[in-house]
Amino acid sequence: MSEVIVVTSGKGGVGKTTTSASLAVGLARRGKKVAVIDFDVGLRNLDLIMGCERRVVYDFVNVIQGECTLKQALIKDKRIDTLFVLAASQTRDKDALTKEGVERVLKELDEDGFDYVLCDSPAGIEKGAALAMYFADRAVVVVNPEVSSVRDSDRILGLLASKTRRAEQGGTGVEQHLLLTRYNPERVANGDMMGITDVKDILGIDVIGVIPESEGVLTASNAGVPVILDDASDAGQAYADAVARLCGETLPMRFTEAQKKGFFSRIFGG
Amino acid sequence: MGLFDLFRSRPKNTASVAAERLRIIVMQERKADGRGGHDYLPTMRREILEVIRKYVNVDADAIDIHVTREGEDEVLELSVTLPERDRDAGAERGRADEASSGAD
Ligand SMILES: Nc1ncnc2c1ncn2[C@@H]1O[C@H](COP(=O)(O)OP(=O)(O)OP(=O)(O)O)[C@@H](O)[C@H]1O
Ligand SMILES: [Mg+2]
Repeated sequence: MSEVIVVTSGKGGVGKTTTSASLAVGLARRGKKVAVIDFDVGLRNLDLIMGCERRVVYDFVNVIQGECTLKQALIKDKRIDTLFVLAASQTRDKDALTKEGVERVLKELDEDGFDYVLCDSPAGIEKGAALAMYFADRAVVVVNPEVSSVRDSDRILGLLASKTRRAEQGGTGVEQHLLLTRYNPERVANGDMMGITDVKDILGIDVIGVIPESEGVLTASNAGVPVILDDASDAGQAYADAVARLCGETLPMRFTEAQKKGFFSRIFGG
Repeated sequence: MGLFDLFRSRPKNTASVAAERLRIIVMQERKADGRGGHDYLPTMRREILEVIRKYVNVDADAIDIHVTREGEDEVLELSVTLPERDRDAGAERGRADEASSGAD
């Protein structure tokens, strides 16, 4: 069975697409067959972050409406041959996605031997976000250490616990993880940004990764190369750790401590 | 950070203010959602109210009960606001108060 993982947040602009791209690459790099689907109808962006925007011929809605086959719409990654992207439609018709349609695509991906299907959710709690999470086995809730993001994440946790197929089936429900991103250890040390334990305690679920605020993310999106492929960047390494944890490994968090300043820089400023 | 910053008192820690505000609002919204996992709380609250009313006549909203997290632990916080004068309890002190403060 393929495992469906939704990357969601409630609040917009917190790093879902950045995260979806890097997790997909990270899992595929481990030899898994991975599809990453952009659910953000009307605001396609995953293709840019993955660097395949010029190869989009058919999209998710085309497949659902039977205008092409799934094989025709899946874009094979040029770097890793077990990785495929399914682009969002740029249509303005928000009803273009249907529950039955999404279910059919997921079933076909499963039959094609995909190990993981990542669903990059749009922001909000409307139809697109609801559909992105509905069939999920696991959820990665992306959160910034900031009040509105944390509050919105909790709304999403409520929906995951009630408005998903797994919740309706009444079993163990959707397995939930937090991924903290745009984390700034210096600001946490200064007391003007909430730390990992604050966010974890408030939301009450485990943290699968902490991604530092990093210049590497912009550089990576400029180039269309998911940041996890930049081994030199702290964010890239932190995403690689998160992927390892998703696969069941136990690793300590990195890049979460403020750089210790030397005695002289503390006394003389800097 | 320069020499003088070392001796200056820290500004108010805004991160802990944020965390505290979130704890409260998230808890409220979970209750409104029917989440929170402590579905015995309303019943327990009612029973505690009955016990207290054997001794003091308090209003239903005088009891505030909730569960907070402190690190790994959950803490049950219960607070009861007693009425200004527990007249109905008929205590001696009640009458003494009345005498000294005059009629309402
Ligand atoms: N760790 C990080 N460090 C610095 N910038 C980041 C980091 N993560 C994300 N960003 C930036 O934040 C912005 C939003 O990221 P992204 O598009 O991934 O968010 P999103 O949650 O998918 O947004 P939307 O809700 O619009 O879909 C981008 O400009 C991205 O480069
Ligand atoms: Mg996005």
